[in-house]
Amino acid sequence: MTSNSFLSEERSPIFSRSNLTYFLYKLVNRPHLILGAICLFVLSFLVLTPLLEIIRDSLSIQSYDIAYLPDAKIGEFSLFHFERVFTGPLSKALLINPLLNSIAIGICVTLIGVSIGTVFAWLIVRTNIRFKGFFGALAVVPYMMPSWVLALAWLSLFKNDRIGGAEGMFTYFFGIQPPNWISYGFFPIVICLSLHYYAYGYLLMSGALASVDSELEDAGAICGMNRRQRMWRITVPLLLPALGSAIVLTFIRILGTFGTPALLGLPVRFYTFSTQIYASLNASNNGDAYVLALVLIVTAITCIWINNRVLGVRKSFVTLTGKGFRSREIDLGTWRWIATIGVGLFLSATVFLPLVILLWESLIIVPGEYSLSNITLEYWIGDGSIDVVYGEPGVFQSDNILSSLWNSIRLGLSAAVFNGIIGLLVGYAVVRGRGTHLSKWLEGIAFAPYIFPSIAFGAIYIGMFSTSWGPVPALYGTFTILVLITIVKNLPFTSRTGIAAMLQIDNSIEETARVQGIGWFKRMVRIVIPLSFSGLVSGMLLTFITAMRELSLIILLISPSNMVLTGLLFNYNEQDMAQHAGAVTLLLTFIIISGSIIARMISGGFGLSALKNS
Amino acid sequence: MEQIELTGIRKSYGKERAVQNLDLTVNPGDFLTILGPSGCGKTTTLRAIAGLEEPDEGEIRFGEKVVFSRRQGVIIPPESRNVGFIFQSYALWPHMTVEQNITLALKEKRLSRNEVESRLLKSLEMVQMEAYRKRYPSELSGGQQQRVAVSRLIALQSEILLMDEPLSNLDAKLRTEMRAELKRLHRELEATTVYVTHDQTEALTLSDIVVVMNKGLMIQRGTPYDIYHHPQSLFVAEFIGDPRINFFKGMLVSKGERRYLDCKEFLLPFNKELPSNSGVVIAAVRPESILLSYEDRKDWIKVELKSIQPTGANTILQVQIGKVEITLMQPGFIRMNLEESLWIKFDSESLNFFSEETERNLNI
Ligand SMILES: Nc1ncnc2c1ncn2[C@@H]1O[C@H](COP(=O)(O)OP(=O)(O)O)[C@@H](O)[C@H]1O
Ligand SMILES: [Mg+2]
Repeated sequence: MTSNSFLSEERSPIFSRSNLTYFLYKLVNRPHLILGAICLFVLSFLVLTPLLEIIRDSLSIQSYDIAYLPDAKIGEFSLFHFERVFTGPLSKALLINPLLNSIAIGICVTLIGVSIGTVFAWLIVRTNIRFKGFFGALAVVPYMMPSWVLALAWLSLFKNDRIGGAEGMFTYFFGIQPPNWISYGFFPIVICLSLHYYAYGYLLMSGALASVDSELEDAGAICGMNRRQRMWRITVPLLLPALGSAIVLTFIRILGTFGTPALLGLPVRFYTFSTQIYASLNASNNGDAYVLALVLIVTAITCIWINNRVLGVRKSFVTLTGKGFRSREIDLGTWRWIATIGVGLFLSATVFLPLVILLWESLIIVPGEYSLSNITLEYWIGDGSIDVVYGEPGVFQSDNILSSLWNSIRLGLSAAVFNGIIGLLVGYAVVRGRGTHLSKWLEGIAFAPYIFPSIAFGAIYIGMFSTSWGPVPALYGTFTILVLITIVKNLPFTSRTGIAAMLQIDNSIEETARVQGIGWFKRMVRIVIPLSFSGLVSGMLLTFITAMRELSLIILLISPSNMVLTGLLFNYNEQDMAQHAGAVTLLLTFIIISGSIIARMISGGFGLSALKNS
Repeated sequence: MEQIELTGIRKSYGKERAVQNLDLTVNPGDFLTILGPSGCGKTTTLRAIAGLEEPDEGEIRFGEKVVFSRRQGVIIPPESRNVGFIFQSYALWPHMTVEQNITLALKEKRLSRNEVESRLLKSLEMVQMEAYRKRYPSELSGGQQQRVAVSRLIALQSEILLMDEPLSNLDAKLRTEMRAELKRLHRELEATTVYVTHDQTEALTLSDIVVVMNKGLMIQRGTPYDIYHHPQSLFVAEFIGDPRINFFKGMLVSKGERRYLDCKEFLLPFNKELPSNSGVVIAAVRPESILLSYEDRKDWIKVELKSIQPTGANTILQVQIGKVEITLMQPGFIRMNLEESLWIKFDSESLNFFSEETERNLNI
């Protein structure tokens, strides 16, 4: 062993040509690094700059403030907005009441929704309840439907005469006016949101439950624990992290939700945080809206932080038990049929009943008159002559609706495609770069949109894109901004799916192609993309569904020039056009569900058997 | 055939030094094995040769061509190094048939259709997998997957072949079979081969040259015969050989004409020149080099039999002199009782002596 270490110790100066070429070579040798840097740059621009922008706007005098502060100079630093929201005479109306309402709604809905979801998950995953597959499929349908479908159906049922316009079915059939607290405000909002968000809890908890090895419980039985002890000492602690995440994630989503509180709250001036932001923007008090959006973001971050502090260490419990676990069904005995009927009734009431009500609503000529003689198809196929108030043609005749429908589908498809691509690239850069700072930052920035409640995110994008921004033109009112915000808001999910899909592909699978002389682009096309295809498709499907039914996120950004179905529907409801609202909702639901069935067929049919490497 | 030359290669992961100042030359057409315990830097070295890992220091040359040099600032990427590489996991592309797995890179190189087809057929034939060309990897057994990986390597006709523990995922019987096959292939392909393993049997049976590594350092380089019979350090002596080599510690003494290694319980014969400053010496002797007798003979040492483990072709015996345990290996299937007496004798030619202080072979 002759050592010529003197050769290798001898370094050339840092900026010499050989060092330069060395680092260039090194960079070219790591395509994931270049890719990651580009992704990081673009995503930082789309996620962080808007945030900085609204912080700046909320801390300075804007043109719309001149009405209040005639002497101030535009652009000057000022705490005016913060004072207005936090200490001014309007503080109670702007901040305190909406905040308390939102938190109260958030807590109630989270408790009810996550409890129902957890019970369903337990029944469907761990017991011998009947029709498991059917119930399992049905339980996620509310998740695919827009969250305010239930609110619309609720209005059809319980609208009373205080607000004006037609009354609901309840009044028609029983001749009694439901009291205001049933028709509008806190109570119906909590009910409608709970019946929507339980599906979210169900999805998270059934995944967690399915991965708890029932041998762990059997081990407890061998140690002499009874059923109750096993439940509380073994199963629950194992599920706690998943439960914690389910609670926090649901809570944050509810804080940012707009449709249901708007439909059921605005008529009686019941404001939540999200509707208050909407109202402030409508009143051109953007500064207030920005401050409120910041408060919402801080609240969301605090929730996630608390969750991580309390449960963070235990996070990985559930994923620890990998394959090969056995899950034994618990025999419910006589409760089996009771549970089956109960779950069946509940699911029908939350899935089918609202759709039936809305269908009925879309078929009646005179609002509030639910007799068979009052039924028509005019609101679906008519030319508008029947609609005495606005003369709006039926769904399949109205240019308005058809162009919004086209916009919605375009939005869903383009968001899905872009998100698929970005998910793939981010996943690739993050997984291949594991251990580098770049990888960590990229993963973090891709998750960041999650902590922006939807309505706040919309407010941020208004602030950012209402004027031109460097090379980026003013995007307000364009279709592009809808696509952009949908893509960014869905980044956390798509980058997760991208990362998960990429983790399935062992590094050597790609390295072996490298040593065989296959270049980067070809490797992506021939190896990486085909192998992650089915994961990507399910991520894209999720984006499509979310984009199609999205209201909270884009309500602030839509205008007649870029109207989508959900926005149209909101307008119809505001103008008390219940038939059109019902018809449009059904159309939307139909498209979402058939879209997801098609996507499942595509990804399922893609030579999955070939992917199961032994 | 191409020569591979590594000079002053170093590679650290954070504080962990995976490879420390490695100089290694692989002669054209040689089958060189890097042998060492897990974590000693074998894979890192191999990946550095392929270009999948960039060393922190040093230079790598294929023949005259510099493929990596920190000093000159050269990194030829793996795509352009034209080496064949077999991964421990085989790394077959699960979504492609055997045929597609083999031809993807060939088509990428824009070879003519006839050329691709003929290389495909030839490489499949060499591993006897012609019948499986339309199958997916998941439809093949572990051994068959291994053959596909090998045939993919053959089809590329690289002048350099790198293999990272290619047999470690196979069961014992298949491993022996594939070992013979790899040896045959190497003869036919005449490519310079670097083979990485922690299995000494593979290293001894396959290689022209064995390089033993430990903790990122090259410990010894030599033919399998040399490595086995003349280990240059205690580490190599102990690492190579199954059952393990016997070590005896003692002082060299001379009694009149004769010289011995005094191991307290017994004396080991020693018929060479006494080194001047040997101090405490460790003698090493392979289990199969100790002679065994069932009756008392002159100068033989009486031992107690502690355990007996026939493995079929051989029998491993554990014997004891006083407190010292000795392992013996004898050919044949020996059956005897533990109470029976045995006598052993050390052959002075087969002994290696190491300094206790430096752990290096004294070469006396
Ligand atoms: N990508 C890596 N990151 C960090 N440490 C590594 C990496 N690859 C190898 N190492 C470390 O370098 C040392 C040598 O690894 P390796 O070459 O894989 O050993 P071997 O193949 O001989 O088992 C080990 O201690 C290992 O932990
Ligand atoms: Mg290794």
